[in-house]
Amino acid sequence: MTDAAVGSSPTVDRWSARWSAWRLPRGLHPGAWWLWALGLATAASHTTNPLGLTLLVAVTALVVIQRRGHAPWALAFRMYVWLGVVIVAMRVVFRIVLGGGQGEHVLVRLPEIPLPEWAAGIRLFGPVAAEQVLGGFYDGLRLATMLICLGAANALANPKRLLKAVPGALYAVGTAVVVALSVAPQLVESVLRVRRARRLRGASGRGMRAFRGVALPVLADALDRSLALAAAMDSRGYGRTAAVPAGQRTVTGTLVLGGLLGVCAGTYGLLDTTGPGYLGLPLLLAGLAAAVGGMLLAGRRVRRSRYRPDRWQLAELLVAGCGIAAAGLMVLAGTVDPERLYPPVSPLTWPELTPLLLLAVAVAAVPAWLAPPPTPIPKDRA
Amino acid sequence: MITFDRVTVRYTEDGPPPLRDVTLTVEEGELCLVAGRTGAGKSTLLRAINGLVPHFTGGTLHGSVTVDGRATRRHPPRDLADVVGVVGQDPLAGFVTDTVEEELAYGMEQLSLPPAMMRKRVEETLDLLGIAELRDRPLRTLSGGQQQRVAIGAVLTSHPRVLVLDEPTSALDPTAAEDVLAAVTRLVHDLGVTVVLAEHRLERVMQYADRLLYLPGDGRVVNGPPATVLAGVELAPPLVELGRLAGWDPLPLSVRDARRRAAQLRGRLADAAPPAPTPAPEPTTALSARKIVVRYPGTVAVAGVDLDLQVGQVVALMGRNGSGKSSLLWAVQGSGPRQGGAVRVTGSTGAVVDPESLPAHQARRQVGLVPQTPGDLLYLETVDGECHQADQETEAAAGTCRALLDQLTPGLPGDRHPRDLSEGQRLALALAVQLTAAPPVVLLDEPTRGLDYLAKQQFVSLVRGLAAAGRSVVVATHDVELVAALADRVIVMADGEIVADGSTAEVMLASPAFAPQVAKVLAPAPWLTVGQVAAALVAEREPA
Repeated sequence: MTDAAVGSSPTVDRWSARWSAWRLPRGLHPGAWWLWALGLATAASHTTNPLGLTLLVAVTALVVIQRRGHAPWALAFRMYVWLGVVIVAMRVVFRIVLGGGQGEHVLVRLPEIPLPEWAAGIRLFGPVAAEQVLGGFYDGLRLATMLICLGAANALANPKRLLKAVPGALYAVGTAVVVALSVAPQLVESVLRVRRARRLRGASGRGMRAFRGVALPVLADALDRSLALAAAMDSRGYGRTAAVPAGQRTVTGTLVLGGLLGVCAGTYGLLDTTGPGYLGLPLLLAGLAAAVGGMLLAGRRVRRSRYRPDRWQLAELLVAGCGIAAAGLMVLAGTVDPERLYPPVSPLTWPELTPLLLLAVAVAAVPAWLAPPPTPIPKDRA
Repeated sequence: MITFDRVTVRYTEDGPPPLRDVTLTVEEGELCLVAGRTGAGKSTLLRAINGLVPHFTGGTLHGSVTVDGRATRRHPPRDLADVVGVVGQDPLAGFVTDTVEEELAYGMEQLSLPPAMMRKRVEETLDLLGIAELRDRPLRTLSGGQQQRVAIGAVLTSHPRVLVLDEPTSALDPTAAEDVLAAVTRLVHDLGVTVVLAEHRLERVMQYADRLLYLPGDGRVVNGPPATVLAGVELAPPLVELGRLAGWDPLPLSVRDARRRAAQLRGRLADAAPPAPTPAPEPTTALSARKIVVRYPGTVAVAGVDLDLQVGQVVALMGRNGSGKSSLLWAVQGSGPRQGGAVRVTGSTGAVVDPESLPAHQARRQVGLVPQTPGDLLYLETVDGECHQADQETEAAAGTCRALLDQLTPGLPGDRHPRDLSEGQRLALALAVQLTAAPPVVLLDEPTRGLDYLAKQQFVSLVRGLAAAGRSVVVATHDVELVAALADRVIVMADGEIVADGSTAEVMLASPAFAPQVAKVLAPAPWLTVGQVAAALVAEREPA
């Protein structure tokens, strides 16, 4: 008994220490959040059950509210939810305006607009059936749920940090995207500034002349700024490369170009059923391997290190796993009980949940507690 | 540390070279000041240090530039990134990332330093420049002074031996400029970094400089200790001018130097007094604004300000960045947002109107505004084109704008592109365009950014000329010395409110932050400018 007590207490201590280290606030690797969100979106695409979809949206919102940071992009989630509402509404409205007359439970009879002969098969308005509206609603809800899942990923993970995680060979592309993202607001700013200045000269701000009056200074401004940025990047060491022998450069180029060509040809072969078999999957895989090899080689040329890189740890693995598991469970539920995952609208039935669907939703919700909390608000902004 | 050996730079084959046969050496740990007129080649000199000239800008460079033993001929700027750090005039244009911490790390990532070292250096640099509390902030939300310090920090993390700064304080208010310069001098004294710094307002930095490189504009570089070089310079900061007037040798470079030597001068001036400002015979109000309110989401930029402008008066509007100066000017003009209050302008016809209620082309006949970047007003290919367009817009007689321009800066070639003009010439062109509409009230938003002493002197006489012609002029500026020479009245704003309003002497002598150098040297006597002192000395000699 004494042995057991002595033996257990350090273990407990170690576990509690690990738990508190786990709870330390930090930003999760953006890739983990994206995998989780894509898993959820996949799950949503495999059902039209409104109960299941609503639960998925609720779970997504729960995780976002629990684990989002304080950066501007974190507030974008609300926008995605509104976009989802708009999508559902649009679907329903379209079904009412252009809906075929299927369904027995007519809710309301709208006057039908007669269309000319050539538009046969299309009907404007007319009787609105409950089945028709419900079908539009289910469809719209599925699309909206998938969109909201992606919105959650955007709110939880800094999109720019995701770009930082690209492999070395694509580093230049990543930098270009980051710069472009920061230039856009500057361009808007200078358009506003110049338009205000044009008003000082008495211009009305409309018409071709006004466009020229705004476009020229803005373009000149943008050009000046990009030159200044390029000079700054150059003098801060951007593009320093390790000395590479000419031979290796040729090899890298050939590998990447040849590989990409192989990928194109392979895809074509795969889709074109009349071609010989070796043109399909084998060529695609070979091309892919060559391109990846070339990029790895090219990546070795880029000599740079990363400041505070996002590390892939256990929490990341679990969060991503939750998303993938949710998708898997949903697919499984679909094979076991397809009727309940795609509830029929005719005859009208009340949708029902299945245990597997519930399990998928529950698994998707786990990151709300499993992921480490976000970093607290900096003091000067509190 | 930096060696120029018979360096000549040419951008075009036939044009005059910005640098001609320049040979000079900057020793390690020096603070080297680069001065000269706009377009004299200061930027070329600075950019040649890390090889941006000619690797990035094009042109040809004869001779050789060597930094820490590395010749720029064989090393492009990116390979010198660990030796030379360059900070440009507009820090925002040079930022690559979007938060302070990532920006500080960017240069080190390019040099592929180990992560542990990067982490340590970022923390050290945050402390060294006093920006630790800004570490998570997006760069765009910082104030100008903070941005400039982050930009300096971002090159310092690579531990360069040489720091090159191109007019780091030109856009900053006096306090923010002091912060940046304090950080720079600390680097020189504590870390032994060699600093090369270009600056128009020499009065801010000359006391810290070990060496002055003066570019007269003909391709030469005059190299020597600041006091010696300044003795031979045509236009200099007020302290140096005062020193020349009093015959001090060597010339004083700081207020402290000058004050210790000024006892005798103060004695000579004891009986004299600066001329009292001549009040307008009967002040007529040209513009009166009441309870102006400007609100932006989350802030109140102007909080119920009253403003009265008299005919023939020059008013200086001062205050730190973000205190609401620009918002007030734009609101008064009627083009900017205004959430409350009323403006009444008495036009040349005697009718009283609110410019906001007029369409834009009529509002500019009441109040003319030249914005902070005067280039925004210009969009045609030639100076003549702009003048012609201005005449048409305002239905003025053909040649009105050109005549105004010739009054402001005579002899500007008409086929020149407005972007190729110097800062001062562009300002003059924008001002001429706005004056073509003959507004009784003229507002200028930070017009003297990037103007050298000579251009500023021309600007002063130009504005005084406008006032003498019966116009009412408001100049928003940070430049204390300019205000002393220019304004009849000074208004100081803070947090959207007017905190001081009075004659130039009253406001400027009341606080050390706004006192010009001459006032600091000759206090407690109320002298503001070298011109006043010179006139008094002449008057003193004459009866004798």
